Amino acid sequence: MNPDPNPVWTLAWTFGLMSLFAVGGANAAIPEMHRIAVDVRHWMTDTQFADVFAISQMSPGPNVLIVALIGYSVAGVTGGLVATLAMCGPTAVLAYYVSRLLTRSSQSRWPAMIQMALVPLSIGLMGASGLILAQTSDRTWIAALVTALSAVLAFATRLNPFWLLLAGGCLGFAGVI
Amino acid sequence: MMPPDSPPAAIAAPDTPTPAPPGLVALLTAFAKISLAGFGGVLVWARRGIVDQHRWMTPDEFNETYALCHFLPGPNVVNLAVVFGSRFRGIPGAIAAFAGLLGPPLIAVTSLAALYARFGEIDALRRILAGVSCAAVGLLISAVFRMMMPLIRRRDLAGLMMLAAVFISIGLLRLPLEAVLLAAIPVSLAITFGMRRRVAS
Repeated sequence: MNPDPNPVWTLAWTFGLMSLFAVGGANAAIPEMHRIAVDVRHWMTDTQFADVFAISQMSPGPNVLIVALIGYSVAGVTGGLVATLAMCGPTAVLAYYVSRLLTRSSQSRWPAMIQMALVPLSIGLMGASGLILAQTSDRTWIAALVTALSAVLAFATRLNPFWLLLAGGCLGFAGVI
Repeated sequence: MMPPDSPPAAIAAPDTPTPAPPGLVALLTAFAKISLAGFGGVLVWARRGIVDQHRWMTPDEFNETYALCHFLPGPNVVNLAVVFGSRFRGIPGAIAAFAGLLGPPLIAVTSLAALYARFGEIDALRRILAGVSCAAVGLLISAVFRMMMPLIRRRDLAGLMMLAAVFISIGLLRLPLEAVLLAAIPVSLAITFGMRRRVAS
């Protein structure tokens, strides 16, 4: 693999472009982040990607901050900052202008219709995120069982997700997984 | 710039928000608090802070704003903060909310990244992260099923088929996101508009 002469610039345009296609938020863009970071650019290994996902879920703040972790692994603090701004900035500007446009022409129906059309796509993307991350993190049967159990508990109860992450961490530390 | 007291939705909700619009510092600190409280998703805390605690929006206004931010690309909660901040204080308000939401957790996550880069090879930490990521994947999968339930209840067959098509092309075939969405968005829009027309006639 050729070393990238300007990795910060690569981060900026990669995530800037990705953000415009991130329908359904950051978790829906995870397959694309995985494809670019692991398969295309070789910024990190499969396992490192799973680690970074785990860290981003453990830390406070919006899920999108996984891009800061990817950026950090490529180009340190600058990389993290640039990746975050690239992932959030362009769409924030877009959101600002669209919201002003829509408050002016109120009673418009089409945002609801477009949303209806996009929701199935974003669920499909999030499902793909789940599959790709399960393939990277669930390498043993017990690991897959922990994932399934956590999914069922989170689906059926109103338990704070933090406890499930903590329980997973404890099981991991105990060497069960 | 929008007037700070822009007209709310036509029907007054039972609990109207207080008319005093938040200042820039209030926006910054409110979103910083919302963001730092939110483990595994900030939306719940955003609703709690904006609607319940500060009463800056009614529940209906919040839902409308969130719906707008959900159909736009990009991280939804970041979009929400920008739209919310700009509604009260224009562009400076948008920047204050954006900085409050992303600044403090960015510092936290960068510290974690530095720790990971330094100690990531330690065996105990590797095991802990492996365990956390198993549980985190479970959380993500449960969110997918939660979002799917309304489609299943509605028997929205077209929607479920679009969902499956995207899932297969991204998850199994690993096709690039841009290509898949450039094909899927027009098809999904056509189906949605077509169905509406059939219902209307």
